[in-house]
Amino acid sequence: MRVIIIYGVLLLIAAFVTMLFGFLAGKYAAVAGAGLAKNLRHDMFYNVQSFSFTNIDRFSSASIVTRLTTDVSNVTMAYQMIIRMAVRSPMMLIFAFVFSVRISPSLSLVFLCAVPLLAIVLFFIIRKAHPLFRKVFKTYDRLNGVVEEDLRGIRVVKSFVQEEQEKSKFGKISESIYRSFSKAEKTVAYNMPVMQACMYATVLVVSWFGAKMIASSGGNPDVPGGLSTGLLMSLITYASMILTSLMMVSMAFVAITMAKASGERVVEILDEKSDITDPENPVMTVDDGSIEFRGVSFAYSQSADKLCLDNVNVSIASGETIGIIGGTGSSKSTFVQLIPRLYDVVVGTVAVGGRDVREYNIKALRDQVAMVLQKNVLFSGTIKENLRWGDPNASDDEIKRVCRLACADEFIESFPDKYDTYIEQGGANVSGGQKQRLCIARALLKKPKILILDDSTSAVDTHTDSLIRRALRDELPDTTKLIIAQRIASVCDADRIIVLDDGRISAIGTHEELLESSTIYREVWESQTKGGEE
Amino acid sequence: MSRQESRPMHGPGGRGAYRGKVSLDKTTARRMLGYFRPYTGRIIVVGICVLISAAASVASAMFLQPLIDKYIAPLISGESAELYSQLFGAIMMMACIYAAGVVSGLMYNLIMATVSQGILKKIRDDMFDHMQTLPIKYFDTHSYGDVMSYYTNDTDTIRQLISQTIPQTISSLFTVIAVFCAMLYTSVWLTLISIGVLLLSTGVVGKVGKASAKYFVKQQESIAKENGFIEEMINGQKVVKVFNHEEAAKRDFDILNDELCENSTLANKYGNVMMPMMNAFSYIMYVAVAAAGGALAVYSLDSGVNINLSLASLFNGEVFNALTLGMIASFLTLTKSFMRPISQLSQQVNSIAMAMAGAKRIFTLLDEQSEVDDGYVTLVNAKYVDGVLTETPEKTGRWAWRHPHKADGTVTYTELKGNVVIDDVDFGYVPEKQVLYGISLYAEPGQKVAFVGATGAGKTTITNLINRFYDIDDGKIRYDGININKIRKGDLRRSLGIVLQDVNLFTGTVMDNLRYGKPDATDDECIAAAKLVNADGFIRMLPEGYNTVLSGDGSGLSQGQRQLLSIARAAVADPPVMILDEATSQIDTRTEEIVQRGMDALMKGRTVFVIAHRLSTVRNADVIMVLEHGRIIERGNHQKLIAEKGKYYQLYTGAFELE
Repeated sequence: MRVIIIYGVLLLIAAFVTMLFGFLAGKYAAVAGAGLAKNLRHDMFYNVQSFSFTNIDRFSSASIVTRLTTDVSNVTMAYQMIIRMAVRSPMMLIFAFVFSVRISPSLSLVFLCAVPLLAIVLFFIIRKAHPLFRKVFKTYDRLNGVVEEDLRGIRVVKSFVQEEQEKSKFGKISESIYRSFSKAEKTVAYNMPVMQACMYATVLVVSWFGAKMIASSGGNPDVPGGLSTGLLMSLITYASMILTSLMMVSMAFVAITMAKASGERVVEILDEKSDITDPENPVMTVDDGSIEFRGVSFAYSQSADKLCLDNVNVSIASGETIGIIGGTGSSKSTFVQLIPRLYDVVVGTVAVGGRDVREYNIKALRDQVAMVLQKNVLFSGTIKENLRWGDPNASDDEIKRVCRLACADEFIESFPDKYDTYIEQGGANVSGGQKQRLCIARALLKKPKILILDDSTSAVDTHTDSLIRRALRDELPDTTKLIIAQRIASVCDADRIIVLDDGRISAIGTHEELLESSTIYREVWESQTKGGEE
Repeated sequence: MSRQESRPMHGPGGRGAYRGKVSLDKTTARRMLGYFRPYTGRIIVVGICVLISAAASVASAMFLQPLIDKYIAPLISGESAELYSQLFGAIMMMACIYAAGVVSGLMYNLIMATVSQGILKKIRDDMFDHMQTLPIKYFDTHSYGDVMSYYTNDTDTIRQLISQTIPQTISSLFTVIAVFCAMLYTSVWLTLISIGVLLLSTGVVGKVGKASAKYFVKQQESIAKENGFIEEMINGQKVVKVFNHEEAAKRDFDILNDELCENSTLANKYGNVMMPMMNAFSYIMYVAVAAAGGALAVYSLDSGVNINLSLASLFNGEVFNALTLGMIASFLTLTKSFMRPISQLSQQVNSIAMAMAGAKRIFTLLDEQSEVDDGYVTLVNAKYVDGVLTETPEKTGRWAWRHPHKADGTVTYTELKGNVVIDDVDFGYVPEKQVLYGISLYAEPGQKVAFVGATGAGKTTITNLINRFYDIDDGKIRYDGININKIRKGDLRRSLGIVLQDVNLFTGTVMDNLRYGKPDATDDECIAAAKLVNADGFIRMLPEGYNTVLSGDGSGLSQGQRQLLSIARAAVADPPVMILDEATSQIDTRTEEIVQRGMDALMKGRTVFVIAHRLSTVRNADVIMVLEHGRIIERGNHQKLIAEKGKYYQLYTGAFELE
């Protein structure tokens, strides 16, 4: 009776210790798992923030998003599983094995047979499953792609009544996920039964030989090759421990197999280096808004055989207003994107304030060059919050002033919440023209030395357009203004107009000069005014 | 889809509104179960397999008792060949039982792989199919990122539920019941002790589990929030760069990231401690049973009185029997088999909570009201037979509206011409804010109607009403004399071509994109259409010409080229009525002039609604509507409006006042 109590108490103490350390392990595993996810996302997001336009173009936004979300959670889940098993299961395995060897070295040989056998099976399962899982994740990317395209183009889908076609497109990909995923899962499904088979076989073999050994030794473990009933029971318990921990290890392997593909995608983001970096001793101030292009050539990729900009030379004085006109694909946007160093030139120099843009601290440069992109974006948040991107410390009066300049004050005032109106993601609740004017106001708030409007008033009516330009001219006389436009009316009052054609400057001059000298310009002008004087 | 339509809406489907409270509600669970119905046969097989495999694992625990009591104990006292052969027989029998267990384990794993992926496919397809039926309003009021996460995060939670949680739960339940019976069979007293410990443990673990589930749901919310932020920022990354907003973006990101980390740590902490707790209770049970079993056995040995009550003894017609060493050993193994599935079940609580949260979100999407389409007037191929318009199955290039009249059961045919009449229409996107007031206009077939007006005057809104992206509040719109509410939406839209300012292209070749509106168009038709709008030139300059694959919304093309493609796409579809909403705004005017010629050819014989800021584009319209604050304030052709010297005159001259 005493023995029972002593062992009972000992077991209870052991149970308590197990629980205590289990608690601690669980607690720190949680901290570690959540921490890993946090750090991964943090590092990835920070690195993405350092990406240049070239990097972003290479990955595409959708892919970056998937990597930051789905892939990170795949990796984290595998990690959480691994840290809880990586130490525990092998340790259990080793201890259980050592103890079983101590009980009966000969019977332990059974484990030595079972373990390599299992390892081999596991190896083959993983080798078969890994490429399948990779395929599944690739197909997932395609599925997301179709959903995203459908969401963005839903008006096109509906107006062409192509819902059925979209459904079949989606259905095909969905079907292919179904096929490859169930194939992958079927492969992994062998894992568990094989483990069980080994476990059962081991128990039976141990029972048979154990029974023989007990019988031959008369249940006396001290006889060489002897075994007692109690020890046989322990052996069987150890057997299940060894195989359970093997099962855990194999589950972890399967999790790793699934997460490996995601891990590689995460690492690609972490390893990506921005190709535009600050120089060693950067210049922190931009003296004035003068711009100079000296023999500038540019192509988006090294391999492209056609240059987007080809030997462009132009000098723009501080405070000048420059209009830029050119056909579709004449590289107007490319031309202006070199000024805030969104891309680096291939040949030649772009200088701002008399210095090569590559000498500046990038932040200092971009603070002085405000640009309203052709494809512009508002973010979810109030109008005020969106505008304060230009200047976080701007006062309400300043905000009102720039909105007046951008002719945005009128419609903002008409909203019930005025400047506190909430903008939905992507600016879904304001019209195209309103969005463009908000974007202009946001850029104005930066009080830049150079302001670039890349076709930023295309959705604004002519009258408002002219009001905005007049406001810019009168209120910001010292700012260099570059205006890309389709309408000659939008640029004809500029100090000079650059006519771009196929990556080259075809002509520069005032409206009158160009009407005289440039055929392209004259043609455009005529096409836009034709009939106006009827 | 009718199945979903008939279901009541679960409150507003507003973004994030439903994320707050997630619990195991029965409707969600019941609907989830509905997805299993087509697999009833296989599920039954799975159930049987699970039962067999659970029975095998119970048998493995039960095996110890006969092994020790029947064979080993007698063997110790004296070896006999007969006993060995009996033992061998018993082991072979066990091997058969195990083999059956292993095979059925494999079978249910294999079947479940197909079933779970099949169900997931069904859910995905249901979601996408239903999404296609939703009104434009849904897409205008929900963020893409949020909708995308239905297909990724939420479906993923269900994948885990079906492929892991459900079979494990079934297996655990079966095992628990089977083990429980085995325990009763061995000893009722020891079983009672085990149940006592079990109740204690479920009480404690249940509390922890509740907290854990709560934080797992919170974690899901944080993930959704952070994903939304990432989606938005990365898509606007270029703007972030231009505004040097990187630091602020990082700061905002860190706040969300920290919050997620905190919730996730808490959730996993509670989740992770459950296993060690269950393990500890399992040890406690082991000790309690061992102590009590030992005491009972010792008492019996000492007193010679059997006091063990068991099913086995009852079957044998005795009330009590002796508690043997083998029975205790076997019972101890049973307690482990008893606790293991229960602790596995406790681990599943989180997956279930998460999956239910995911399922609930998915059902919210499925419950969104579909576009109502009770139109019964359809578009059919037609030809004139003896001067009478008749329906024909062949492709005649002539179309007619088939109009059944319910009252007298007759069917009339009206030729598709493209006559559009808008009669005193009022409209507002939300009830509080009316956008259009008393709009009336008509367009004869082949006429060009232009809308001019300041941003936000309601130009695009009118076109949204003609193709019924939105339904009017008051008034009537007629197409070829038929109220558009009576026309089936698909047919109405097929008779209208739309070119929008924001061009959306689809992944595929240029040719696929051109063919988008008319999948059976031949290559020649597509090329002819591209030539018509002067898109042929630049398409041929692309690396693979018409076979160039466009990806990422045609990101390799300039805005103008994209617009040309979308115009050509509409030309291929060849509808009698076209709506051009700023269709050429991104095309430079020189190119536009070339396009315009093509467009004129395209517009010939068609009714066209044009919206443009560039007045040069609308000058040659048959009638120009000047809109202001949702009202038509002037109408007439260019000359008339110029002569009136009203708003149009101001706008028109305003464009040139800075000369």
